[in-house]
Amino acid sequence: MSSLSLLSLLIWLPILAAFGILALGPGRAGMARLFALASSIVSLLLSIPLWMNFDKSTAAMQFVEKFNWIPTLNINYHLGVDGIAMPLIVLTTFITVLTILSAWKVIQKSVHQFMAAFLMLESMMIGVFCAQDAMLFYIFFEAMLIPMFLIIGIWGGPNRVYATIKFFIYTFFGSVFMLIALIYLYMKGGTFNIAEMAAIPLSLTEQIWLFFAFFLAFAVKIPMFPVHTWLPDAHVEAPTGGSVILAAIMLKIGGYGFLRFSLPITPDASSELGWLVITLSLIAIVYIGLIAMVQKDMKKLIAYSSISHMGFVTLGIFIAFMLIAKGGDTNMALEGAMAQMISHGFISAALFLCVGVLYDRMHTRMIRDYGGVINTMPLFGAFFVFFAMSNAGLPGTSGFVGEFMIILAAFQADFWFAFLAAMTLIFGAAYSLWMVKRVVFGEVKSEAVSQLTDIGKRETFILAVLAIAVLALGLYPEPLIDVMRVSVSHLIELISISKV
Amino acid sequence: MFGWSELIPVLPELIILATACTVLILGLFSSSEKGGLLVLTSIIGVVFAAIATAKSHMGAHELVKQVLFNGNFVRDYMGDVLKIAVYFIMLFVFIYSKQYLRNKNIFKGEFYALMLFSLLGIMIMISGYNYITLYIGLELVALTSYALVAFDRDNAQSNESAMKYFILGAIASGMLLYGMSMIYGATGTLQIDEISAAIGQSQNTLLVVFGLVFVLVGVSFKLGAAPFHMWVPDVYQGAPTATTLFISSAPKIAAFGFAIRILAQSLDGVIDQWQQIVAVIAILSIVIGNLFALQQDNIKRLFAYSTISHIGFMLLGFLGGEDGYSASMFYIITYALMSVAGFGMIIVLSCKGFEAEKISDFKGLNQRNGWFAFMMLLIIASMAGFPPLVGFISKLVVLKAVIDQGYYVLAGVAVVFAVIGSFYYLRIIKTMYFDESDNDQEITAGFDVKSILSFNALLQLGLLLFIPSILSYCVKAIGSL
Repeated sequence: MSSLSLLSLLIWLPILAAFGILALGPGRAGMARLFALASSIVSLLLSIPLWMNFDKSTAAMQFVEKFNWIPTLNINYHLGVDGIAMPLIVLTTFITVLTILSAWKVIQKSVHQFMAAFLMLESMMIGVFCAQDAMLFYIFFEAMLIPMFLIIGIWGGPNRVYATIKFFIYTFFGSVFMLIALIYLYMKGGTFNIAEMAAIPLSLTEQIWLFFAFFLAFAVKIPMFPVHTWLPDAHVEAPTGGSVILAAIMLKIGGYGFLRFSLPITPDASSELGWLVITLSLIAIVYIGLIAMVQKDMKKLIAYSSISHMGFVTLGIFIAFMLIAKGGDTNMALEGAMAQMISHGFISAALFLCVGVLYDRMHTRMIRDYGGVINTMPLFGAFFVFFAMSNAGLPGTSGFVGEFMIILAAFQADFWFAFLAAMTLIFGAAYSLWMVKRVVFGEVKSEAVSQLTDIGKRETFILAVLAIAVLALGLYPEPLIDVMRVSVSHLIELISISKV
Repeated sequence: MFGWSELIPVLPELIILATACTVLILGLFSSSEKGGLLVLTSIIGVVFAAIATAKSHMGAHELVKQVLFNGNFVRDYMGDVLKIAVYFIMLFVFIYSKQYLRNKNIFKGEFYALMLFSLLGIMIMISGYNYITLYIGLELVALTSYALVAFDRDNAQSNESAMKYFILGAIASGMLLYGMSMIYGATGTLQIDEISAAIGQSQNTLLVVFGLVFVLVGVSFKLGAAPFHMWVPDVYQGAPTATTLFISSAPKIAAFGFAIRILAQSLDGVIDQWQQIVAVIAILSIVIGNLFALQQDNIKRLFAYSTISHIGFMLLGFLGGEDGYSASMFYIITYALMSVAGFGMIIVLSCKGFEAEKISDFKGLNQRNGWFAFMMLLIIASMAGFPPLVGFISKLVVLKAVIDQGYYVLAGVAVVFAVIGSFYYLRIIKTMYFDESDNDQEITAGFDVKSILSFNALLQLGLLLFIPSILSYCVKAIGSL
């Protein structure tokens, strides 16, 4: 297979499979499941050569494909990956397989549509990470809303319609301003190529307007305080698979957007307005951490914890400018942000899957309905405790790596940033471990809990794979950091030159 | 100086005229069971017209702009592109309407004859080169539309809306004629290029601008743009769906051609004046269309308000110079394709004695028939302008043209209201996918209608591959003016 078309294959194969599954019709649920699993495994296998053949020594785009799609608007079908996008693509294909496995038994209503929606989602997300043309990026970015809208709305909980419409309107509203910004940039530079857009000279006022347009789109997506309110609703109502994809990958698109658009295109505005983003990030880390502590619903708790962790990502990204000014280790901040994104992808996925396991058996997510789960589900209890620990940033797990790097970088920028950010080590431990204490340990709470059966082979497999990933990344993060190092350095060079 | 050779360029119009007359006569002898013949004849006529139109573009030679009949009629590239789009839309209209008329027991030959005469009017509106010719085309479309709206004659709603349409339409025509007469008074001519030349030479354009205002009122009425949109919801709702299907699609393309001929070609000398008015009309249409659509329970009425907002978006393109005109042209063609599919879906879901015109009639469509729910999803998403469907690309080209001219605020307002508008489209998707179905009627439509509708809906995706060529046709068409 030529490496030339690898990215296209990754994008289009799931779509084709999705249409195939839709054509199977509602009658053949078993076949739809098998077919979807096969397709997602093929995607995962295809992403192995992507990792293997990736050249770590260059920041240039690799596996590039380009042809002119709409010449009158100069929109190109232009794909490529660098060290920042590549790990996220692998994360996407990896998580998708687990998501499909996790929905194996739970989803009984229109299975074929469920599987097709997930495969479409997969290809859109891969497309977002591959797109080197801003309009192509935007199309993938928006197109993924519809499958997610349907996933929450059809297979979600009791309040699903409210949640899904809120999700849709928030993200749609955020991103249309990005559209205007992109068109404006096209007017200035005559190109939709993201790399060329970064080279367009812009005055500070222009940059500030553009910065806010991009900021609105990505801040809603990641999500940042105070536009985060859609996320807890969406998470609570979404089916387990939907929550997993949402937390593990879709939130990362916001962070990726900051790295790909905001920083290189509007470096001066990002530096000028860095204080705003840093403040909001710190509020997210501290305040949302406190909110997470008082949640009664496990999914809501994990959702708030996600927002708090994403605060770390934005903090890491935007202290970069202060570090450049002070001569600090900027690489560490950005690599930390990336490591945090990848690690959170694994941990949040695992936690949502754990809650899914409990919900499938008890049909409640309320913490007060549980207690003493360890007595009836020892294996599951072990996993749950492990993932909760890694969510709290226990050293040796992947959760520690990113947080530690960002806290170290923040120290070089400002002591108080680091101090506030480090608070999360306390809050994170508090809300994660307190939840585990109430759910897993203690007396057997009720008749229902005493009748629970431990996880089966399929569930064990899913959680074990994630646990291995979390441990591996925590003990030896070097391969991951290594892949992105050159691309991150290149990005830093790009943003340290003022455009004004 | 009339020569027989002048008839060759108008061959498509002649074919449609002949078909219309044939269908009128055939209609006398055929009962509703054998009505397939009428539909077939109409389709064949349109196909032949399409061939006659396209033939001038085959081979190496380019079509040269021809002004015929003493400057009354023009055959140019833009006209041909628009006409081919209209033929394409008409094929869908013929096929969908047959299903509907049979369900309602109002299948009569006159329906197709009227439709074909209306098509003739559309073609004249697109190709008129003189205010009088343009007006005749416009009236031909209007008169046949009045009759088509009242076609379900035992239905009070249908009659009421036809009456409303007729009275308001007559007033608008009066306005238009009044404005045209003033422009005639100022320039001494009714021919498009001569008006343009006369305005270019004159120092004082006050009278022309005065006439322009009235002309714009007439044009906005025909387009259904706010604040002259009052007839649109009532007519869309009251008319038989087969008629709504028609008046929401092909005549909009004609109105675009009409507006280009009048505004861009003849009144280009006062472009600064009319652009200000058009900007207000466009933004008003987008705001009113989207806000009022939020309230609707009747899907035909909802589509009516959504049409108003789409027309507003299309008119925005008129602010963007030549790029903008071609963007508008692309917008109106793709919009007509969506609109025809949307009403086609209502027809397919209706059956004998039941019309799926409430939003609640779409409840649980996904459980009843997953395929058509998916098709409706594509249509609705395209109307709302969600990527990657074609409706997004058409909004994109218009926005690009508008931003290019520095109208950032207008673009911002348009985009914000597109987001607000997405809510009512989402509501339809929500109804189809998330609500429980309260009837489990089978979809009784024939195989032909079902497959054509699926094709029409899939075009919202499939056109993505052809966007470059369609856009370049539009650019070339506007360039050839």
